[in-house]
Amino acid sequence: MITRRTVLQGSAAALAALGPLKAFADDTVTLPFENGQRPVMKYPQKRPMIRLTARPPQLETPFSVYNESVITPNDAFFVRYHIADIPFDTLDIDTFTVEIKGKVNKPLKLKVADLKRMPSIEIVAVNQCSGNSRGFSEPRVPGGQSANGAMGNARWRGVALKTVLDMAGVQAGAKQVTLNGLDGPVIEPTPDFIKALDIDHARDGEVMLAYQMNGADLPILNGFPVRLVVPGYYGTYWVKHLFELNVIDNVYDGFWMKTAYRIPDNECACVEPGTAPKTTVPIGRFNVRSFITSVLDGAKVKAGQTTLKGIAFDGGTGIKEVAVSTDDGKSWAQAKLGNDLGKYSFREWTLPVNLAAGAHVLKVRATSNGGKTQPEKATWNPAGYMRNVIETTRVTAA
Amino acid sequence: MNRTILPALLAAGALCVALAVNAKPVAYEAPPETVEFKPGPGVELVQGNCGPCHSADYIETQPRGPKFKKDFWKAEVVKMIKVYGAPIKEADIDPIADYLAATY
Repeated sequence: MITRRTVLQGSAAALAALGPLKAFADDTVTLPFENGQRPVMKYPQKRPMIRLTARPPQLETPFSVYNESVITPNDAFFVRYHIADIPFDTLDIDTFTVEIKGKVNKPLKLKVADLKRMPSIEIVAVNQCSGNSRGFSEPRVPGGQSANGAMGNARWRGVALKTVLDMAGVQAGAKQVTLNGLDGPVIEPTPDFIKALDIDHARDGEVMLAYQMNGADLPILNGFPVRLVVPGYYGTYWVKHLFELNVIDNVYDGFWMKTAYRIPDNECACVEPGTAPKTTVPIGRFNVRSFITSVLDGAKVKAGQTTLKGIAFDGGTGIKEVAVSTDDGKSWAQAKLGNDLGKYSFREWTLPVNLAAGAHVLKVRATSNGGKTQPEKATWNPAGYMRNVIETTRVTAA
Repeated sequence: MNRTILPALLAAGALCVALAVNAKPVAYEAPPETVEFKPGPGVELVQGNCGPCHSADYIETQPRGPKFKKDFWKAEVVKMIKVYGAPIKEADIDPIADYLAATY
């Protein structure tokens, strides 16, 4: 990532030293793919973020944030909406109501204060956009052109959806729960943003109605006052401003489940580049990914001993090991894993290396407890979902 | 839900204040949209047909190059009609795709 100011300062390291960017109207970053120039904008409750689109808002986390802390601060957490009728200016934590209805014995209407009186759970979990890193797809595909900043890791607190569903009493024959947030369509014919989970998944004790993020109210742009947290699953299911849950005895066939957010029905969720999949299924769990965060692609570093640092995560088996190469993948060394904040969290890793003067091609590859690892060559699908290629970071030591 | 959202309203801080008196929402005022549809033949069609639902940066940030010309943009326009229900007249599809291919 290169900013105008970074160019003036001469190196990516200088950017970190400057601290948060100020929201000058002419601040821009250039994401590392063609047509990647973006404004850097200050939104309510947010530090300056990389703006992909204004309406509806889509904000990307500056990548340097991932090196600050394994927990992504609320004011730097990415934002992704689909449709633009969002009542940001009228959200009220005292009057906001979550309704549970449909195939239940006792329909419920719960205020946030009601939720806070119920037994709570806390989970550290990554939220990642299905199209995180879409801008790197080759061949390019239409859609939100994100670099790697549409992900974040937070400590979520709330009530297990199971607790609420048990209170309502799910009836026999229930198959799914539909999830509706206050983000609605601008014009009537546009499909409302409604998602669905299978009833067993919804009752796994981990799917959560979250009212707190990193110890504070959710930021408005991250779903205030209540959002769904679906640990290990792509962000499309993490419905924001969640106000309506409907237990149904069939499989929901609305647009955002039946047509959008679907992946090729095979192990790699991929097809030959430029071709269409024959059959698709709804997107599900994250695949395994890892990043170097302590140095950015194109950086100049001091020659000699240095400690590389980064993050790894997967869809809920946890990280078994992280290997790092400083010679373009010819040899690999095992990194040391940091504190384990749970199987859904970013896992920090570190590795001391010796970088002689000259150019180096760094790579990082994680393996999950589920035995999955990252591909050497990027996979491809028409929607640009689920990129998890082994990342390459080119640096020059001097 | 079917409210009208116009960029001008987003910039109207006075409106936010007025609403804040009735309920107790957290103050929210988005920064302005900064990208406009580029001038060119057909820009009014695009402003009128695309602009009500999304900002111009949705178009501005799409991939560029020889593979992203008329066919690409026409497919996007048709998707907006068929999938998202955009009330775009049949006769306007080609002029809109031509504008997008020529301008972006």
